[in-house]
Amino acid sequence: MAAHPSLTSATPVFDVERVRGDFPILATRVNGHPLVYLDSAASSQRPLPVIRAVDDYEMHSHANVHRGVHALSQAATAAFEGARERVRRFVNAASVREIIFVRGTTEGVNLVAQAYARPRFGPGDEILISALEHHSNIVPWQMVCQQTGCTLKVAPINRRGELEFEEFVQLLSARTRLVAVAHVSNALGTVLPVKRLIEAAHAVGAVVLVDGAQAVPHTPVDLRSLGADFYAFSAHKLYGPTGIGVLYGREDLLEAMPPWQGGGDMILTVSFEKSTYNELPYKFEAGTPNISGAVGLAAAMDYLEGLGVPAIAAHEQRLLGLATAELARLPDIELIGTAAHKASVLSFTMKGVHPHDLGTILDAEGVAVRTGHHCAMPVMTFFGLPATARASFGCYNTEADVAALVAALKRAREVFT
Amino acid sequence: MDLKDLYRDVILDHNKHPRNFGQIADTPSRADGHNPLCGDRLTVFLRLNGERIEDIRFEGKGCAISTASASLMTEAVKGKDRTAVRALFDRVHTLLTDRHAVADPSLGKLAALSGVREFPARVKCASLCWHTLNAALEHGAATVSTE
Repeated sequence: MAAHPSLTSATPVFDVERVRGDFPILATRVNGHPLVYLDSAASSQRPLPVIRAVDDYEMHSHANVHRGVHALSQAATAAFEGARERVRRFVNAASVREIIFVRGTTEGVNLVAQAYARPRFGPGDEILISALEHHSNIVPWQMVCQQTGCTLKVAPINRRGELEFEEFVQLLSARTRLVAVAHVSNALGTVLPVKRLIEAAHAVGAVVLVDGAQAVPHTPVDLRSLGADFYAFSAHKLYGPTGIGVLYGREDLLEAMPPWQGGGDMILTVSFEKSTYNELPYKFEAGTPNISGAVGLAAAMDYLEGLGVPAIAAHEQRLLGLATAELARLPDIELIGTAAHKASVLSFTMKGVHPHDLGTILDAEGVAVRTGHHCAMPVMTFFGLPATARASFGCYNTEADVAALVAALKRAREVFT
Repeated sequence: MDLKDLYRDVILDHNKHPRNFGQIADTPSRADGHNPLCGDRLTVFLRLNGERIEDIRFEGKGCAISTASASLMTEAVKGKDRTAVRALFDRVHTLLTDRHAVADPSLGKLAALSGVREFPARVKCASLCWHTLNAALEHGAATVSTE
């Protein structure tokens, strides 16, 4: 008898237990309980292939890059430039010349603010951001406004935590020189319609920077299809190391920008009269880079492609749906951020219990969540809250983790009866 | 580490029903405390008679530890003079941070805060009100933070 077609063509089950086996830290016990790690939006954990790749590089290949003719320097250079090509493929950029290694998303945004916006903008020019932004996509633009006299505009959100698209479009004009928006809100999990935002911004001649820190771990990102002019993200939210991230920039824009920092590696020739700058991407990479970090990031991208980013996303969406339903059944919980399209982030408050107390009680049960303003104080102000608790799910979380969260919340209710 | 050590009944009671909660109108002796990372915010108001705290009130919003600590503090310092308050501040600081501190019977109800020292991330919550009181006594203008 032939197999039933629906069985043979069924999508492979995401084997979360096998994934968990790749993350040694998940075996940790916290306060006498197995660790339930629900803070991947702040920083995700590292799988063994990442830990081993960094280790292997440190033990067998380390030297400075782009410098020596000796074997190790060449090995390090090959590893570092190999990582750049790995990143290019992961986000489908046109060229490695568009992939600049930075310390993280924050440095990427600051680079664009200081090397693109600052030399060009002046009084009368406008920078448009959204009301959902992380401080790292607010403060660098405020600094540019102070430095150049240009104006910061903010597109509003609604009570569900969604960007008001029509009002965003209303704020665009010929004065808008740059739009800077998150792909996914870190505080609420809202997924922004970045492709539509980019098209609308381009229609008035503005360039667009997307803060992709919270998006890259949860959704496949194809930069050539998206059309962003700049796109920044961090390795440590992508199961890679801290202290390394990527700024993608359109090659013609990067070419026209002056260097940001001066030093070694970003120059071709130096004399006391004049120095000539190196070509892309090295023009923006002064000083010895985070080589082992780049190696770790490349290993993380290999790992994620092995699992399949769409499969991870589907798994996380199942958990988000389950957790949303479970928390909605708890009478004293209010979900903050209920956008129709969300990544696996759940921000909430419990009536009568300050989020900070909630964080301590959950931690005593081994459940790690973020509490506070999530570096998005304007979002908290919009909802009239000092803080929220935030649970975020990654590729290694399970339905049992959701159950542990619910049990810990019930425990908090008991403590604060 | 036991949650019951942190959230003792005295703490929960003072969080739910903070004592001396409110303002003292037109007093020059007041100060603001704010821990922006966790969102604790309070204002301490004093009516001084020479060196003596004749009346003290506080208002604000914060976690149970910061609210209860402020409430307990107002009860403990009302009627005391500056020197006594300073000495008490030192003993409370020891209570909150020194894991080997022996029980100090002179602390009275403030001893309920001893569980905080097992939760290092929460020491700043319990100590915010004391630093703010200090600023109010010194007529400090800047907002106080313990973060």
